Amino acid sequence: MTTISESSKNLDMALSNDRARVLKNLVLGDKLFSFATRAAAYAVLLLLAGIIISLIVGAWPAMKAFGFEFLVTRRWAPQLEPEPVLGALAPIYGTLVSSFIAMLIAVPFGLGIAIFLTELCPHSVRRPIRLAIELLAGIPSIIYGMWGFFVLGPFLANYVEPSIVAAVVNIPVLNSIFSGEMVSNLSLFNASLILAIMILPFITAIAVDVFSTVPPVLKEAAYGIGCTTWEVVNNVVLPFTRVGVVGGVMLALGRALGETMAVTFIIGNSFKISGSIFAPSTTISAAIASEFAESEGLHQSALILLGLLLFVLTFIVLASARFMLMRLEKRAGA
Amino acid sequence: MASYAARRRYSTFIMGLCLTATGIGIVWLFLILFSLLVNGIPGLTFAVFTEMTPPPGEHGGGLLNAIFGSLLMTIIGVGIGAPIGILAGTYLAEYGRHSKITPVIRFINDILLSAPSIIIGLFVYGAVVVPMRSFSAVAGSIALAVIVIPVVVRTTEDMLLLVPNTLREAASALGLPRSLVIRRVAYRAARAGLITGVLLAVARVGGETAPLLFTVLSNQFWSVNLVKPMANLPVTINNFINNPDANWKQLAWTGALLITAAVLSLNITARFFGASKDGR
Repeated sequence: MTTISESSKNLDMALSNDRARVLKNLVLGDKLFSFATRAAAYAVLLLLAGIIISLIVGAWPAMKAFGFEFLVTRRWAPQLEPEPVLGALAPIYGTLVSSFIAMLIAVPFGLGIAIFLTELCPHSVRRPIRLAIELLAGIPSIIYGMWGFFVLGPFLANYVEPSIVAAVVNIPVLNSIFSGEMVSNLSLFNASLILAIMILPFITAIAVDVFSTVPPVLKEAAYGIGCTTWEVVNNVVLPFTRVGVVGGVMLALGRALGETMAVTFIIGNSFKISGSIFAPSTTISAAIASEFAESEGLHQSALILLGLLLFVLTFIVLASARFMLMRLEKRAGA
Repeated sequence: MASYAARRRYSTFIMGLCLTATGIGIVWLFLILFSLLVNGIPGLTFAVFTEMTPPPGEHGGGLLNAIFGSLLMTIIGVGIGAPIGILAGTYLAEYGRHSKITPVIRFINDILLSAPSIIIGLFVYGAVVVPMRSFSAVAGSIALAVIVIPVVVRTTEDMLLLVPNTLREAASALGLPRSLVIRRVAYRAARAGLITGVLLAVARVGGETAPLLFTVLSNQFWSVNLVKPMANLPVTINNFINNPDANWKQLAWTGALLITAAVLSLNITARFFGASKDGR
C-alpha cells in the first residue's frame, strides 16, 4: 500500500512540475504573441510617420529654395543655368483636371451599373457581371498605360476627337476647351478616359455595397404605394445612401489623383498649361515617374516636394471619404 | 403629376441607360484582354521562359531573368508584409478590440491602403536606397511589403471579426490561454479568409510598377544579388515598350500578357476561396 501511494505521490509531483513548466511556457508564449501583435499594429502608425518624415526631409531643400512660389510658378526648367526654375502649377493643374474629367465620366457609369446590379439584374448573372467589373480593378496600371498608348489613344485621335473638334468649332467657349490644334495620341483627355475606366470598379463596388444597406421594407413600402423602379431608386435608395455614395466617390477620386503608370504613358508629360483638354499635359505622379530616376540635387528635391503635395492632397480626400463611409456604417449598425 | 404610363416609360428609359452603362463597363475588360492576346501570343515561345532579356537590336531572347526577379521580389515582399499584416490585423480584431488606439490605426491603415504607390516608391527611395547608396532588390521588396501590409491588415481584421464569439468563449472556458484561442481557434475558423487576403495582396503587388521604378531599377542580366539592381517584369515592360526595337516591343507585349494572366487568375482564385467560405 505504502509503495503505491508513495509512487502516486511522486507521479503527482512530477505531473505538477510538468504542469508548472507547461503553464509557464504558455504564459510566456501568450505574452510574446500579444506583444508581437501590438508591435505590428503600431508599425502601421510608424509607417505613416516614416512616409511623412522621409518626404519632408527629401523635400526640404526645394521648400527652402522656392517657398510658396513653388505652388504658383508655371515654369518647369530643371536644366536652367545657373539656378533651375521649378514650379508645381502645371502638374497640379493636370492632376486636378484629369481627375475631375475622370470623375465626370466614371460617376454616372458607376452608379448606373450599381443601380442595374442591385435593382434589375437577375440573380444568376449578377455574380459574373460583378466579377467582370471587379477584375478591371485587378489589371495592373502599366497594362492600362500600354493599352491606352497603342490602342485607345490612336483610336480617339483618329476617329473621335476630330469630330468633336469639328462639331464645336464655332461655339465660343467650347472651341477652346476642345481645341483641335494639338490633337494627338497623347492628351489630357485620353488620360482622363483611362482613369475613368480604372476607377469605375471602385465606384461600382462601393455603390453596390451601400445600396444593399437600404432596409428592404423601405423599398417595399415605396413599391407598395405605386412607385416605379426609378422613383424608388431616386426617392428612397439614393437619399438613404447619399453619405456612402459620396464617400465611395471620394475614395475613387483619391485613387485617380495618385494613379501613376497609366497616366505617365498617355498624358504626354508636357509642363504646359493649355486650355484645351486635347493637348498634352502632365500630372504630379507622371512627372515623378518620368523624371525621378535621372534627377539630382534641387530637381530631385522638387520632385519629392511634388510627391509630398500629392500625399497631402490624397490624404485629405481619402480621410474625408473614410469619414463619410464610417458615418454610414454607424447608422447601418444602429 | 404625370400619368402612370408616362412615369413607367421614364423609369424604363432610365433603367435602359443603366443597362447600357453596364454593357459599356464590361466591354473594357474584354477589349483590353483582346489586345493583350492579339499582341502577346505571337511572342509566346518557349524561349521566353528559358532565355535572358536580349540586348537591343538582337533577335530572340526571353524574359527569364525578369520573371525570376519579379517572383523573388514578390515572395520576399509578401514574406515580410503578410506576417506583419496578419499580426496587426489580429491586434485590431482581438487584443485591441476595445482599445482607444484601434480606430486610429484602422483609419490610418485605410488611408495607406489607397495611398498612391509612387509615394511608397519615394519613401523607400529616401529610407532605403539613399542610405544604402544603391538601387537594390531589397529596396524593391520592401516597397512591395509596404503595399502588402495594409491589404492584409484589412482582410485579417474583417475575417477575424466574422468568427463567432461563442467559439472563443468555448475555447477560453476549456482553459486555453488567449494566444492559443486566437491561433488554434480563431485563425482556423478564418483560414479561408486569411488566405484570400494574402492572395489578393500578391495580386496587388504582382503588377506594381511605380514603386519599383526608382528602388530596384532593372537589370539586363541574370542576377541573384539582393543588394544590386535586379531585372523584373514590370520595369522591363516599361523600358522595352517605348523602344523602336521590334523584338523588345514584342517581348514587352508578351510580358504584359503573362503578368495580366497571372494577376487575374490570382484574383479569381482568391474570390473562389472567399466564396467557398460564404457558402458554408
